[in-house]
Amino acid sequence: MADTMATATHTHPAGGDVTKRDLLKLVTAATAAIGVGSLAWPLIDSMNPAKDVLALSSTEVELAPIAVGQGITVVWRGKPMFVRHRTPEEIKAAQDVKLSELIDPASDASRVKAGHEQWLVVIGICTHLGCIPLGNKPTDPRGEWGGWFCPCHGSQYDTSGRVRHGPAPLNLALAPYEFENDTKVKIG
Amino acid sequence: MAGLHKSEVANPVLNWIDTRLPVITMIQKEYGVFPTPKNFNYFWNFGALAMVNLAIMIATGVFLAMNYTAHTTMAFDSVERIMRDVNYGWLIRYVHANGATMFFVVVYIHIFRGMYYGSYKKPRELLWMIGVVILLLMMATAFMGYVLPWGQMSYWGATVITNLFSAIPVVGESVVQWLWGGFSVDNPTLNRFFSLHYLLPFVLTGVIFLHVAALHVTGSNNPLGIEVKGPQDTLPFHPYYTMKDSVGICVYLLVFAALVFFAPNFFIAPDNYIPANPLSTPAEIVPEWYFLPFYAILRSVPNKLGGVCMMFGAIAVLFILPWLDTSPVRSCKFRPIYRILMGVLVVSLVVLGMVGAHRPEGIWVALGRLCTAYYFLHFLVLLPILGKLEKPLPLPESISRAVLSVGGGPLPRGAAAKPMEKI
Repeated sequence: MADTMATATHTHPAGGDVTKRDLLKLVTAATAAIGVGSLAWPLIDSMNPAKDVLALSSTEVELAPIAVGQGITVVWRGKPMFVRHRTPEEIKAAQDVKLSELIDPASDASRVKAGHEQWLVVIGICTHLGCIPLGNKPTDPRGEWGGWFCPCHGSQYDTSGRVRHGPAPLNLALAPYEFENDTKVKIG
Repeated sequence: MAGLHKSEVANPVLNWIDTRLPVITMIQKEYGVFPTPKNFNYFWNFGALAMVNLAIMIATGVFLAMNYTAHTTMAFDSVERIMRDVNYGWLIRYVHANGATMFFVVVYIHIFRGMYYGSYKKPRELLWMIGVVILLLMMATAFMGYVLPWGQMSYWGATVITNLFSAIPVVGESVVQWLWGGFSVDNPTLNRFFSLHYLLPFVLTGVIFLHVAALHVTGSNNPLGIEVKGPQDTLPFHPYYTMKDSVGICVYLLVFAALVFFAPNFFIAPDNYIPANPLSTPAEIVPEWYFLPFYAILRSVPNKLGGVCMMFGAIAVLFILPWLDTSPVRSCKFRPIYRILMGVLVVSLVVLGMVGAHRPEGIWVALGRLCTAYYFLHFLVLLPILGKLEKPLPLPESISRAVLSVGGGPLPRGAAAKPMEKI
């Protein structure tokens, strides 16, 4: 617009020093743009998670009270986490599935920690549109594959949290976690 | 197509827009070719600086509000969280807090400029009065913003200032309770102050728009205080004053940055880092520096109602300044006596500021009364009389003559004169 304005007012010098003037304008505009940008960045970044929010980003879960076959929901970063104590049959069912049958192929071993196969820890958010699937309470429907059933659009997950029936496109997501000892897990 | 604007913009897309909504033509007219006196000095930067400052305050304020909690039990902690945990929160808060200081520095210089060069005189009386409204709105906004961190100074500042209204006869007590929304400064007070502190800057923006609109009707005053007589006295606003303002903005930002990065707490009372305690008043309670002269006037009068009236009167007198000054000459350059009186006024305001910062004892009481007396004497007695008695120096024939006679030399043709031929 500066150019249109300059032309309209006839202040743009016609002749040899057009190049020099144009360069000066560009350098000035670039400097101003960098200045405004570097002033804007702190404002934009202030909307990112603050340090106290980040500090609350790990959750410890005591596993001892969770009976075999039972699952619980804990909160990690404001999201539901499913912690499920799987029965030997459930583990076997999860391990025996052929990967070619899966919508989002992943082995059961890649979704649990070696030596702790009875514990499945996944983010309890349906990968379709963000609802929380049912299946942790004994009275909940668990779907055809014995895992979780999403009430919103009927997606079903198996005992490894893998999607077996759409519309969800992906398996229940994993979160970083580690076993502090055999009865305590730290998520995040 | 009779109602459409005939746009001269070359770019077809911009032309299409400008034909239907002539904003580009307007910007071009008001900020491009706008004829501006050619003899501005750097005092004429401060209006633009104030605009930049307002923009910075609104931008930082919006982001602070995202992290601030307007509740007595959480406000102080939420501000500390901004300082410690929010990304760049310390920077945003320090820019906002010191931005208030910068805003008043800029605006006080802007007001001084208006007084020294007689910018309030006919035909710019309304422009000046709108400016006084802006000052009042700024003061209200700054005061309420200072309450929000809910430190000791916030709380007791709010208590003292709201109690000023208790000096009103008969209804004073009810007015104060209405302001508080209770029987002391408390959560309802904090809530409404936050709401108003967010609202007023936008009201301020509207009033500033009127201020600028009025300015563009009368045109700017200038250091000589004589009217523009023709194109030879002016320059197009762009690029001459956009450039001059840019230089001023660079210097202003340097000072601002020095304050924010090297002395961010210079103007912040340490007591405001103590959470508000309604049961204990700090030993040294002073307002922010920009209120000190008015605070000193308040304390100089040994009567509650009298002090409050004098304090508000100190601002009110500015409203009628265009009619108190009876001299037909605007600029102090040609008013040898008024120039001295302006100097005395500035000194007495600075002394009043110092008085306001000290306990009212000993020499400070006498100084405060002396300077308060001069302040009102200056406006209410000296100015009306001086206009009749003072013999002004001879005024130059025109801005152009005066500029050329001091050796400025003629400006290159084509740069300045050509755009003016249209007008």
